[in-house]
Amino acid sequence: MDMNTIEAVVPTTDPAEWRDGDAWLAGGTVLFSYGSLAFGPQPLRRLLDLGNAGWTPVTASNDGIELAATCTVADLYKLPGSPAAAGRSWPALDLVRPCCDSFVASFKVWNMSTVGGNLCTSLPAGPIISLCAGLDGSATILGPGGTSRSVPVTDFVTGDAKNCLAPGELLRSVHLPASALASRVAFRRLSLSNLGRSGVLLIGRLDGGTRLVLTVTAATKRPVQLRFDGLPDAEVLAAAITAEIPNDLYHDDIHGLPVWRRDMTYRLAEEIRAELAAPEGAPGLRVSGDFWPPKDRGLYAQQEGA
Amino acid sequence: MAIEINGAAADASPRPGQCLRTFLREQGNLGVKKGCDGGDCGACTVHVDGTPVHSCIYPAVRSEGHAVTTIEGLASTAGDGADLHPVQQQFMERQGFQCGFCTAGMVMTAATFDDEQKENLPRNLKGNLCRCTGYRAISDAVCGHAGHPDPKGQGSGIAGKGQPDPEPGQLGDDVPAPASRAVVTGAARYTLDVPADQLQGLLHLKLLRSPHAHARVLSINTDAALQVPGVVAVLTHRDAPEQLFSTAQHELFTDDPDDTRVLDDVVRFRGQRVAAVVAETVAAAEAGVRALEVEYGELPAVFSPQEALLPGAPLVHGDKEGATARISRPDRNVVAELHSELGDVAQGFAAADFIHEQTYRTQRVQHVALETHAAIAAVDGEGRLQVRTSSQVPFLVRRTLCRVFGLPEEQVHVVAGRVGGGFGGKQEVLTEDIVALAALKLGRPVQLELTRTEQFTATTTRHPFTIKLKAGASVNGKLTALELDVLTNTGAYGNHGPGVMFHGCGESLSVYNCDNKKVDAHAMYTNTVPAGAFRGYGLSQMIFAIESAMDELAAGIGMDPFEFRRRNMVREGDRMLSTQPEPEEDVHYGSYGLDQCLSLVRDALARGRERYRAAGLDELGPDWLTGEGTALSMIDTVPPRGHFAHSRLRLLPDGTYQADVGTAEFGNGTTTVHSQLAATALSTNATRVVVRQSDTDLIEHDTGAFGSAGTVVAGKATLAAAEELAVRIRAFAAGTHQTQASACVLDGDAVVIDGTPVALTELAQAAADAGVELAAEGRWGGTPRSVAFNVHGFRVAVNRGTGELKILQSVQAADAGVVVNPRQCRGQIEGGIAQAIGAALYEEVVIDDAGRVTTDILRQYHIPTFADVPRSEVYFADTNDKMGPLGAKSMSESPFNPVAPALANAIRNATGVRFAQLPIARDKIYLGLKEAGLVPNLEHLLS
Repeated sequence: MDMNTIEAVVPTTDPAEWRDGDAWLAGGTVLFSYGSLAFGPQPLRRLLDLGNAGWTPVTASNDGIELAATCTVADLYKLPGSPAAAGRSWPALDLVRPCCDSFVASFKVWNMSTVGGNLCTSLPAGPIISLCAGLDGSATILGPGGTSRSVPVTDFVTGDAKNCLAPGELLRSVHLPASALASRVAFRRLSLSNLGRSGVLLIGRLDGGTRLVLTVTAATKRPVQLRFDGLPDAEVLAAAITAEIPNDLYHDDIHGLPVWRRDMTYRLAEEIRAELAAPEGAPGLRVSGDFWPPKDRGLYAQQEGA
Repeated sequence: MAIEINGAAADASPRPGQCLRTFLREQGNLGVKKGCDGGDCGACTVHVDGTPVHSCIYPAVRSEGHAVTTIEGLASTAGDGADLHPVQQQFMERQGFQCGFCTAGMVMTAATFDDEQKENLPRNLKGNLCRCTGYRAISDAVCGHAGHPDPKGQGSGIAGKGQPDPEPGQLGDDVPAPASRAVVTGAARYTLDVPADQLQGLLHLKLLRSPHAHARVLSINTDAALQVPGVVAVLTHRDAPEQLFSTAQHELFTDDPDDTRVLDDVVRFRGQRVAAVVAETVAAAEAGVRALEVEYGELPAVFSPQEALLPGAPLVHGDKEGATARISRPDRNVVAELHSELGDVAQGFAAADFIHEQTYRTQRVQHVALETHAAIAAVDGEGRLQVRTSSQVPFLVRRTLCRVFGLPEEQVHVVAGRVGGGFGGKQEVLTEDIVALAALKLGRPVQLELTRTEQFTATTTRHPFTIKLKAGASVNGKLTALELDVLTNTGAYGNHGPGVMFHGCGESLSVYNCDNKKVDAHAMYTNTVPAGAFRGYGLSQMIFAIESAMDELAAGIGMDPFEFRRRNMVREGDRMLSTQPEPEEDVHYGSYGLDQCLSLVRDALARGRERYRAAGLDELGPDWLTGEGTALSMIDTVPPRGHFAHSRLRLLPDGTYQADVGTAEFGNGTTTVHSQLAATALSTNATRVVVRQSDTDLIEHDTGAFGSAGTVVAGKATLAAAEELAVRIRAFAAGTHQTQASACVLDGDAVVIDGTPVALTELAQAAADAGVELAAEGRWGGTPRSVAFNVHGFRVAVNRGTGELKILQSVQAADAGVVVNPRQCRGQIEGGIAQAIGAALYEEVVIDDAGRVTTDILRQYHIPTFADVPRSEVYFADTNDKMGPLGAKSMSESPFNPVAPALANAIRNATGVRFAQLPIARDKIYLGLKEAGLVPNLEHLLS
């Protein structure tokens, strides 16, 4: 929608330029969706435009992957199979596409919306938060005067639409470490509607082939990460969830009742545990959810004649 | 750097905070539509350097130096010199639209698809919402599949012996919508698609809305607002007429209570209009609204109909006098009530072997027509008020404006352009009154376009019903008693409150023979967003309860639910009784196809069961429970108490016909039906009948397109006019050729006179020379009426671990009489099914403890996407109606009605759990199964 209170669009990447009434403009898909009155008690007056920042969207090195905040979701989606990923043994890249597909927004929106925008919007269902948190991503934040700090993505998002950014701070990039990218992963998601907004999104990772790292998102108001010394059994896993996620941390909105989100967290966590406990590609695994891996073609073929 | 639009440089630069959508529209690209303005619906899809984007969330400044393609420029990108892009061609051929408001976005999106993307439309079209079609026709259009009917398909459409053979361009043919080309090219003109040069001096109006659920407006300081550059005027209750009216529109305004003012000094729901700011730009009007200073005196508020009925509850319209305002009991918040008992339910329950008692609840649902409410008012050079509006009822809008502003009818001209979806939501005056007030005061054209959030927070919804139901059956399968206590929530204003309550308690009960029926119903005021008319008009809510109960009774006595319904449903000739001791005197069995519909669905479900078995898919694993469910519904083909239509046909000098009709076109397809009915009577092709419509200057009166009246009332008037015109043309031809009228036969573009074709152009010229106008009029008053039927069946799978629901098979059988246009009628049914699936499974307008609507954008209010809607099998009963035009019956509201209970019954059949509250979302399913002990514990997962 038109942001009619905006008086100027200022191309800059310098946090020192930021003043009250400003917002950083990355893809614009959130700002223009909610409008200039939705981001605080006073209307927004200026957009600080990152459009000409010139930041390289994706940089891969032996250390891992650096995603610029301005990397579009469309560019991120292309990462698996791209030259940047070629020749590297990073099975965790398998998470990229299901995470992108977890957007309720269309692929068309991905052409504009950005990695940084999803993180900074900080919704429980933000799937790039899921991805980056699930891979131990670290956010680089620029402040005025050339300062810079790093925050784990799991700590970057602090609640429903809340994050650790101070006014004027700018998210520059997210680093995904090679160690996490080299791990075997599992993904589960549930929504109240087909391909709809995530109500529960869990990512499992087997660090070093032995240690489970489970990241709970969408179900909870902020990302919750559980780390185990090895691969726990079902009881230990369930007990850890109980210990780490109090009932009031489960998110409550139109996209899922907290009790359902809680029970599904246990269920999907166990599905992930079972998948990572089994040899890779083992048959007979239980996979709840609507799109990953693709399935049901045969089931719905029964409607084709209609 | 200039922005290139469709190959030409834009002649302006965008404003700093402008989105690309409005910039493109300002540049004249009116095919770019606003559905949500928030990136959710895709109606505004355009290409930037060939990449599809949602232009409503695309910063316009970012397109500087880039090339933008809109629907208007798409064809030229195909590079083959054709005037349509192949995707446009396919949407036209497959009729992949109804109202067409989403079509430009659909086409622009699909035009970028490669074959792989076409393989996965649920994913790739989830960013394009359609509220009309149910997506089947869109799928066929995008993929170029053969459209309907597929003669070998499972839902093969009509094939009955009683159905006339289709004549090309006439009755029974799949004539495409006359507006097809305009829709697929973005040239169709919806309400606000008026070129800027036709609206010199246009002003924009924005509304300040109440932050309180109930308050007195103590003062409004307009000084600061009037200081805002560009603000022209502020309107408050001091400027508004005293006349009370209802936003609901009916033939008789006395059907609804007079409880509303254009601007009131009391606000009764959060979101109600408080003041209007009129300014040179939308931005200035918004700034003016922010600058208004209002002092409120808060009043106690009541939010639930149960609490509203309690003694001492805050009164929503306690200031009104019941008799004059037509409110049943303002001192108890009761707008309307109904108390009746036929037979003796106590005796009926005594005779029952099984009694089912349950409280059923339905929720607030929003229409989500893709085009939001919008209107433009102006006063022309002769002092006549000109209103262009997104309305299903332009003639009733004129009446209401005349009543509110004390104007004679000839001083008001109301026009509806093509309307971007209605579903009953546009059977209201929600914008026209305020723009009229502004235009009359200022003498300049004034436009109001509601935002999507205003649609959710301040327009109308379906009435939520709470239905306490008690029903009894004997072991031999007889329905012995039916008792209903109904509470409906009409919100802060009583628009449609009485009608929805009465209609809801009508055909839902009268479709069953039962000697003992008791109803107590109350339509209640609360301090919430008003409910209004919505497809089905109360029936879907009541049918959800009653059809759920029929399955429970069948289960309770151990009888197949099909058989139980068969034993108790009305048969042709049975007295149709609901709450009155005598049947409605003008409702008849003009035809009867309920028994056929039930059989069609039963047989289709049996075939489906066999298909799944043959494919090895009848067992889906230990997590999945499968089941089938069915529900039936009946509807009177015309609303009661008068529904009038007038049509005028004439032969034009070029030998084609002009039909002037009242019915607005909002995807209902009645324009096509009118042209086909006229073509049939005139023995020509529908393409030779040009329909003009929804303009109060064209004809005398038309009650409007609601209550499914477009075909059976207005169509009947058009048919009568066409039949009369045929008589006149033949008589004139006989006179000019010195022969008998019986020797003159109309045939296409000619009259065959004694075996020799004479061109209609020649006759038209002869008539003109003789000073004879070859024209005729037709009228219909909407009575007597018939009954139409729909039966829906589902086969579902429910995951007992997660609550996920899969619709494996969806079948609907409809008794529409003679089907004038099978493809289009099927589209109406598919669209009704999709909309009802949304209401059954997802949609809910949620209101918090302070009366605030929290589901105020499409991301919080999920309407079905391509991924949510199954392909449905659609069957037609073989009937021919004695009342409707050429045997046709209504079929626009009713497909919605049996869907939710059929789903609930299928879930009950699969799981044994009765879900008595809508929506039946996955989380609710899961919790219901858990409560019933059906959820496997986690150890089960270890196995």
